Amino acid sequence: MIANKNKSEDKIIRLLLIMLLTLIASMVAYAVLSLPESATNLQRLVDNNIDISGVSNPVTAVLLNFRVYDTFLEMVVLLVALLGVWSIKEVPIESMNDLKNPVLDTLVDLLVPFSLLVSIYLLWVGAHAPGGAFQAGSVFGAGLVLLMLSGRQPFLNFKGLPLHFALIISVTLFISISIYSMFATGELLKYPLSQASSIIFILEGMATVSIGLTLSLLFYGIYTKKKYK
Amino acid sequence: MEIIIQIFDVLLCIVLLWVGWQSLSSTNLFKAIVLFITFGLLMAISWVRLNAIDVAIAEVAIGAGLTGALLLAALSKLQKTTHIDKTSHISVNSK
Amino acid sequence: MNMLFIYALTGTGLFFIGFYALIIHTNLLRKILALNIMGSGVFLVLISLAMRSGHSSPDPVSHAMVITGIVVAVSATALALVLMLKVVDITGKPDLHDQEDE
Repeated sequence: MIANKNKSEDKIIRLLLIMLLTLIASMVAYAVLSLPESATNLQRLVDNNIDISGVSNPVTAVLLNFRVYDTFLEMVVLLVALLGVWSIKEVPIESMNDLKNPVLDTLVDLLVPFSLLVSIYLLWVGAHAPGGAFQAGSVFGAGLVLLMLSGRQPFLNFKGLPLHFALIISVTLFISISIYSMFATGELLKYPLSQASSIIFILEGMATVSIGLTLSLLFYGIYTKKKYK
Repeated sequence: MEIIIQIFDVLLCIVLLWVGWQSLSSTNLFKAIVLFITFGLLMAISWVRLNAIDVAIAEVAIGAGLTGALLLAALSKLQKTTHIDKTSHISVNSK
Repeated sequence: MNMLFIYALTGTGLFFIGFYALIIHTNLLRKILALNIMGSGVFLVLISLAMRSGHSSPDPVSHAMVITGIVVAVSATALALVLMLKVVDITGKPDLHDQEDE
């Protein structure tokens, strides 16, 4: 927009923009600075109810028990973004063995099993320490991206119906858990108390798989090279 | 000891603003993306300072790692396309 | 408590630096970078304001919102990059022009 007009007009518009933005920024900074010094309401609510939530990490309890509806919609957002990428640009699954780099090959042999291990560890430890489904899913997705970058094809045979099933498994599971909770306790997404931790673990496990596959397929949609004729 | 931690906080915030500004105003797109990845790592340090460890793990893996990989892949496709297309006016390092 | 207000002011500054860069540049990749930096600024404000709950552990609802926000930001960035590559396929360069340039 302001790239290559004549120079003085360009500078005047930029100066006006900077002054306007500084004015708005100072108003926002004043609003942020005038907030009260301590606000403990939400934290007290979480602390009072964390024993019945099934996990002891407060962030995991909030993500997968108290605000699980937001996590459910986030899975849907990931799926919709992947559908958007696939509908704009068709992604050919083809052999891309043009990356012959010995350092990358050795690193991939070491790092991909390690990333799988770290991902499962983060998933398991998310119940009582920092970790959880998103972190585990993103490390798993990073391992798949490494596989793609070194020329090996994680999705050469794993495509079509099994891949699509694995992508939608977490949304399907969220929907079925919500229907189950409506029958078990009468309210939407209110877990029965004795089964809360196992429900959370199932949801986290399937969310890890879906998040990892979706993130690596989002990368795959940008990275694939078409062969020029 | 307390004053050293406060100096560290102020320095981290100044470096965050500086790296953010340099990433957005550098003339080379590759340098801008690399500075953006650095910015993501500095954000992860500030999450740890603010006692948000889950957010730090998620930011390093997704924000710095995956977003950086996506941006670099898009940049390589961009430069390849503007090199091959010879009919229109091309500018590889556009401002 | 003035540590968190330093971070909150940094977040506000990052948001407006990103906003200025979003308006100024014409290259679409720089606009996407600017949007990401704006998002990071907002997350910094959210997390620094979550530390206000006394000297006990911070507020976990804000942490959950920011984790959700990071994942949504990366998927939106991926979709925006694919759209930018489509614009490059059609018009030949990743720029947005004013109407009177055409």
